[in-house]
Amino acid sequence: MLAVSDLKIHYRTLAGSVKALDGVSFAVGDGEIMGLAGESGCGKSTLGKALIRLEERMMFVGGQVALDGERLPIADDRAMNPYRFRKVSIVPQYAMSALNPTRRIGRMIDELLAARGLKGSTLRPELERRLAILGLTPDVLGMYPIELSGGMKQRVVMVLSTLLDPSLLIADEVTSALDVASQKKVAGALVEFRDRGYVKSMIVVTHDLAILAQIADSILIMYAGKLAEKAPTRTIVEAPAHPYTRLLLGSLPEVGIRFEEKRLPGIKGRPPSLLSPPVGCRFRDRCPLAFGKCVEEPPFIEIAAGHQVACWKADAHAQG
Amino acid sequence: MTSTTGSAPASPATKTGRNEILYFALRNTKLLIGAFVFMVFLLGAIFGPMLATHEPLTFDAPPGLPPSAGYWFGTTLFGQDVFSQFVHGLRSSFIVGALGGITAAVIGMFVGFFAGYRGGIVDEVLNMLTNVVLVIPTFAVLLVVAAYLSVRGLGTEAMFIGLTSWPWAARAIRAQTFSLTSRDFVGMARLNGESTLRIIFGEIAPNMSSYLVMTFILLFGGAILTAATLDFIGLGPTDSISLGLMMNYSVMNAALQLGMWWWFVPPGLAITAIVGSLYVMNVGLDEVFNPKLRAL
Amino acid sequence: MLKVENVSKVFRSGAFGGKKAKVIHDVDFEVKPGEVVSLIGESGSGKTTVGRMILRLTSVSGGRITFEDEDISTLRGAGLKSYYRRVQGVFQDPFSSFNPIFKVGRVFRTIRREFLGDLDAAAWEARLTGALNAVGLEVAALDKFPHQMSGGQLQRLLIARALVLDIRLLIADEIISMLDASTRIDVLNLLGDLKRQGLSIIFVTHDLALGNYISDRIIILQKGAIVEMGTTDRVFGDPQHPYTRSLLDAVPHLHERWSDAELKDLGLVADTARFGGHLIEHRKDHLVRVYS
Repeated sequence: MLAVSDLKIHYRTLAGSVKALDGVSFAVGDGEIMGLAGESGCGKSTLGKALIRLEERMMFVGGQVALDGERLPIADDRAMNPYRFRKVSIVPQYAMSALNPTRRIGRMIDELLAARGLKGSTLRPELERRLAILGLTPDVLGMYPIELSGGMKQRVVMVLSTLLDPSLLIADEVTSALDVASQKKVAGALVEFRDRGYVKSMIVVTHDLAILAQIADSILIMYAGKLAEKAPTRTIVEAPAHPYTRLLLGSLPEVGIRFEEKRLPGIKGRPPSLLSPPVGCRFRDRCPLAFGKCVEEPPFIEIAAGHQVACWKADAHAQG
Repeated sequence: MTSTTGSAPASPATKTGRNEILYFALRNTKLLIGAFVFMVFLLGAIFGPMLATHEPLTFDAPPGLPPSAGYWFGTTLFGQDVFSQFVHGLRSSFIVGALGGITAAVIGMFVGFFAGYRGGIVDEVLNMLTNVVLVIPTFAVLLVVAAYLSVRGLGTEAMFIGLTSWPWAARAIRAQTFSLTSRDFVGMARLNGESTLRIIFGEIAPNMSSYLVMTFILLFGGAILTAATLDFIGLGPTDSISLGLMMNYSVMNAALQLGMWWWFVPPGLAITAIVGSLYVMNVGLDEVFNPKLRAL
Repeated sequence: MLKVENVSKVFRSGAFGGKKAKVIHDVDFEVKPGEVVSLIGESGSGKTTVGRMILRLTSVSGGRITFEDEDISTLRGAGLKSYYRRVQGVFQDPFSSFNPIFKVGRVFRTIRREFLGDLDAAAWEARLTGALNAVGLEVAALDKFPHQMSGGQLQRLLIARALVLDIRLLIADEIISMLDASTRIDVLNLLGDLKRQGLSIIFVTHDLALGNYISDRIIILQKGAIVEMGTTDRVFGDPQHPYTRSLLDAVPHLHERWSDAELKDLGLVADTARFGGHLIEHRKDHLVRVYS
């Protein structure tokens, strides 16, 4: 069970601080796979990374994070160390391509475990068992990274990062760089691991709503450093309440939709600069429903059970 | 798309690239100190010979004098003015450094750019050439050359240094060019029907201008150092004076044992200071051009 | 208009090209005026190589490519320029397609210098404004650096760059895969509008939904060979080749969830690629590779 309240993370830049995450509060329940989606620069990756390690340029400004009732000291890099990998773990986007191409996978894993004070040999049987669950033979441990496909690498990293049964796993754009077939397998692997209880809760960060529709229990939509909408997956896909969510879903081409027959609309304009974000609703410049009240910031409130929205017109337009 | 930019939105740049570099350059102490030292010696090389009251190689002064008002740096064992030798030597060092550095830079750039841009067979042939020059025993060749040339001038020395010191520069430029060539804007330039030369010098080279400046600085310093070494072991010019030759003469005539420090200290100090200042400038430039090294 | 005839590509590597790898196997197709053809395949399928061969950025090892009955491999100098006036490309990464140290307007000045030097200032301005308007951008955008613009804006600028010329065929290589969903559709719609005005487009993508949205015809590539090809309705509506089917099965749909069994089918990935065989006409406008 993860509870985040009023989390604020800024980026230091030469031009000033970029308010990448400007007060977000949400919870992820045990056994829940929460999808986290939005356009680039909306803060979704920042949120994912902040829960495990703040990058050098990232600045903790405020807020609280609690995992299983215990406060996570995310602002303190050293104090976070005992939690990383054991309680919170991450599958980064290009995990394997950042690693040493001259080392065999197995040796690399042993070294990573040793760095955490763990012995590779004692964990080896469990490692191989879990690789097998994801359709990988123990042979991969004797291979070099270049010998594995992108999807296979992602699955190896998944097994490794969940080896100690963390309470929370963050999957950061794990399917983005993959072909459709491997994408499906990695998505399936995430669900499999949750079902087997290797990971209690998951946050799947991606811009791909279609893949979230397949695997997520709930979806959280972010816009310009704020939360826009959170609801069970079915509600988000079938009856979204925030105009941004609706426009986002409406702009997705699907197999079967043809330009000649149905021209999908885009979303006009660009997200605001987060150096000095506008007051009020941040989507109002691009929003077809914007009206006078939108100069005030809409609260992120519950309009139905498990369905929260930050929009003044959400009630009137909720169809679910 | 959160892949490349992370989640920091592209911030509207408040400073354009060039101003930003100037801003950091003027605040980089390493660069400023290096440039200052270098300029002091450069001015000495340019204007020093005008101040010198004696010819560097004529024996018209009392021998073995320590520094005095008449002979600022003293005189040699044979009655030559050390100050005059020093400033003329400084001038030849800069000339050799510049000529040698430019020669090496031109060859290195040509080989590096074409090998990196063309790839394939062109790359293999140029790479082989680079490796051959890299392993040639420079001093052995020079001994042979010295045996055949009775009179050697500064130009010959500079050419020789230039022709033998380019391989590392070619390799570095090749690697940079290779990675830039794979960027799509080079493909775009080819779709414009632009010529190879235009693509190399109009699209690729400007992207590595900082790199080229630093390469030239290192080649320049390297040439000065090599020239001093060659002169010191007696393979330098036979018809003029240089800092290395001064050292050579002073050592051959036991200046150290005779306590004539004014004969060998100025050239030794100058070589160290010039080459040192160039390397310090290089480190400073690296910090200026590379945002990751900039102290915020 | 464009004919790709039995084209193959062999890449050489190692010392003096000692090692050979055949990455394109006898690819053969045609693009008619005003037609959008999608080249669809996974990474390693050779779709980008085919696009680059048509743009002459990569040489052809076997077969030939003709544009308006002219073999493009023989083009030099003025002939090549005239080809690039009619055939242009836009690539995947908008940020890498612009030289990062110059303002984006330089691209247009280069185009004018290389192709349209005889145009007077007024005629050039009119052409430039027309092209920028067509992609929904203002002239003021030219005064920015690439990093000051969004990926979508940059891709539209590159399309405008092609429109300034009298292009007949545009090779769009994964041009929207790096863009956000909200801007993706704008660029796709723009391509659709241009098609209506008679432009032919080769749309290279790994995303079946995008290919489906915009294309008249679909070509499915696997490991460098065409396995299925035909009108969009036929290929997506009634896929024949097992590879096409497996691709379509793996596409996630918004409103339809995979079953648990389907999702957790994590068996070892069988390498389904088979070489050899030949394309037969399954029915009109629908070719499928069969193996004997």
